[in-house]
Amino acid sequence: MAKLLRYLGQAIFYILFVSVIGYFSTYPVYTHLPPDQGLVKLSFIHTAQRKGACRERTDEELAKLAPNMRVRKVCPRERSDVVVELDVDGKPLYHVVLPPSGVTRDGSSAVYRRFQLPAGRHHFTARLKDWESAEFNYTGAADVTLAPGRVMVIDFKAGAGGFLFKS
Amino acid sequence: MEGALSAVFGPALNPFYFLGGIAYFLLWVLVASGFYVYFFFDTGVVLGYQSLEDLTRKQPYLGGVLRSLHHYAADGMVLAMTLHLLREFFMDRYRNFRWFSWVTGVPLLWLVYASGIGGYWQVWDRLAQFIAIGTAEWFDYFPIFGEPLVRNFLEDGGVSDRFFSLLAFAHIGIPLLLMVFLWVHTQRITRAVAAPPAPVALGILLALVALSLIKPILSHAAADLGAVPNNLKFDWFYLAVYPLLYIWSPGAVWALTGGFTLLLFLLPWLPPRMHQEPIVEVHLDNCNGCGNCVADCPYAALSLEPRTDGRRFVHEAVLRPDLCASCGVCVGSCPYAMPFRSVGELVSGVDLPDVPVRALRATTDKAVAALAGEVRVMVFGCDHAPKIVKAPGVAYVGLRCIGMLPPSFIDYALRGSAVDGVFIIGCADCRYRRGDQWLKQRLAGERDPRLRGRVSRERVHHCSVTDIPGGRVTAHREFAEFREHLRRLPRRRVGSETGSATPRG
Repeated sequence: MAKLLRYLGQAIFYILFVSVIGYFSTYPVYTHLPPDQGLVKLSFIHTAQRKGACRERTDEELAKLAPNMRVRKVCPRERSDVVVELDVDGKPLYHVVLPPSGVTRDGSSAVYRRFQLPAGRHHFTARLKDWESAEFNYTGAADVTLAPGRVMVIDFKAGAGGFLFKS
Repeated sequence: MEGALSAVFGPALNPFYFLGGIAYFLLWVLVASGFYVYFFFDTGVVLGYQSLEDLTRKQPYLGGVLRSLHHYAADGMVLAMTLHLLREFFMDRYRNFRWFSWVTGVPLLWLVYASGIGGYWQVWDRLAQFIAIGTAEWFDYFPIFGEPLVRNFLEDGGVSDRFFSLLAFAHIGIPLLLMVFLWVHTQRITRAVAAPPAPVALGILLALVALSLIKPILSHAAADLGAVPNNLKFDWFYLAVYPLLYIWSPGAVWALTGGFTLLLFLLPWLPPRMHQEPIVEVHLDNCNGCGNCVADCPYAALSLEPRTDGRRFVHEAVLRPDLCASCGVCVGSCPYAMPFRSVGELVSGVDLPDVPVRALRATTDKAVAALAGEVRVMVFGCDHAPKIVKAPGVAYVGLRCIGMLPPSFIDYALRGSAVDGVFIIGCADCRYRRGDQWLKQRLAGERDPRLRGRVSRERVHHCSVTDIPGGRVTAHREFAEFREHLRRLPRRRVGSETGSATPRG
């Protein structure tokens, strides 16, 4: 009888062991986003304009350089910050100043940011400036219907004309 | 819980005493089941998902079960590993000489998680998509990549088949690295428990197979980067930290995981410092280089080296002080720890300076001399085991570990007629890993030094329990039964051989 009880106890242990594993390996279900919401992801990589203008070296300057270094055009390495603003339905949602990467600040600026928005139709306006001027040199706007549980991506490609709204 | 398991499994098979071994065993289950799954698995954005679907749907009773077993064994490994860590911590088994095993266990946590989470990516379903994006967002907290990693998962087409080949390679490579670290983790432990006893291993395996049949693991819908992965059947063993990325922030999750890891690394040196008794001393005058102590040391603190003192023996025992636990298990193995020796000063080849063998003999002599009553029992007990209350007819000698008891002391206690029986209490879950096991083997004549054949076994009882309520009850019950058993035996008289007797009255 005692042996039977021990086997029963062992069976209960194994059932408990696999029950814990079986339950927590799939439950509770994780709800990442409420059902009436969608995601907007603003993300791009962009290399801003140089901080200063390029210039031509004088003959005297060139003469001082080693022969293999005598390139007439010289440009400052450092690039401007990239400033981005995003408005949704006329209200400012995001503003960021993106410094150039690299020790000498001559690399690209990158951004990735996600926003949770109610599903439905929204008006998006994005602005970007990549120079030293106070003016934004790129602006894009779009009316987009954000479906529940869907992702909309706002990308930026200067060569393609600026902001791209992909849903 | 531990007591209940000891009651139903018996102390020798209590799964709580083999948590590390269970984790090890589940790793081999993972390797075996993983081999089969990998045989049918195609790496690729679409192929990976499709091949696993085929495996699950077209051969549910083999491929499907083995896929589920692979999943559940991985979860079981995390569970066993976590319990192992918690148990070692709460039992204060992570400081002093144990620091190495503790510290080398910390990277194992990261490697186990990296292996498991990497496995999820292979499926490339909605859950994999969520994990991939979450991991990328988490790692992008540190601006070490030229381009944010997460940009690879912005739109379909961002990742290629080659990326999944790389993931498959990592899912094999990281577990291999895990095995290397496991080897390092057990380096300072002799005869590390790399598997639970066969009945426990079989029980766990059958239970996991049954779970795989009852609740097979299925993929979510295929990944779609245009959709938000939602309502996910979440594996909380591996993924519990991911929701925190969105409740808190990636930086906060780094602070949590990094801070916890750092804390684990530093724990062995944080106050309060654990007191350690003086370590073993080797006395070459009494060492013949037999190697018993080297074989029995639970922490590889002793080794045999060529003789240096010119005596005719080939080897001598050499101690690595930083590895010594001061447990005294080596003392119990030394043939020179012989209380019958009539030398000027009894010294063992390996001896504890604060509890030398001569002191143990003196304590035994004193305890035996004080014994009186109808049934006189000499009790040798581990300091970490349940205590048998001193009472008339009971003499108690405590030891740092029961493995410290040379079997000749049992012979010694029973040599006259002052003791009717010897009761030994060791720990089923020995604080120094092997003490109780080695003593048991010495008593059974399976390990040197052996209990001499002339000792009447019916007057010796070895009780193996844990110092928990259930263990105390067992120890007292076995003690009462042993006394009653001795009462029924013929009374011993002066001049009898060790443990033999003449009829009472």
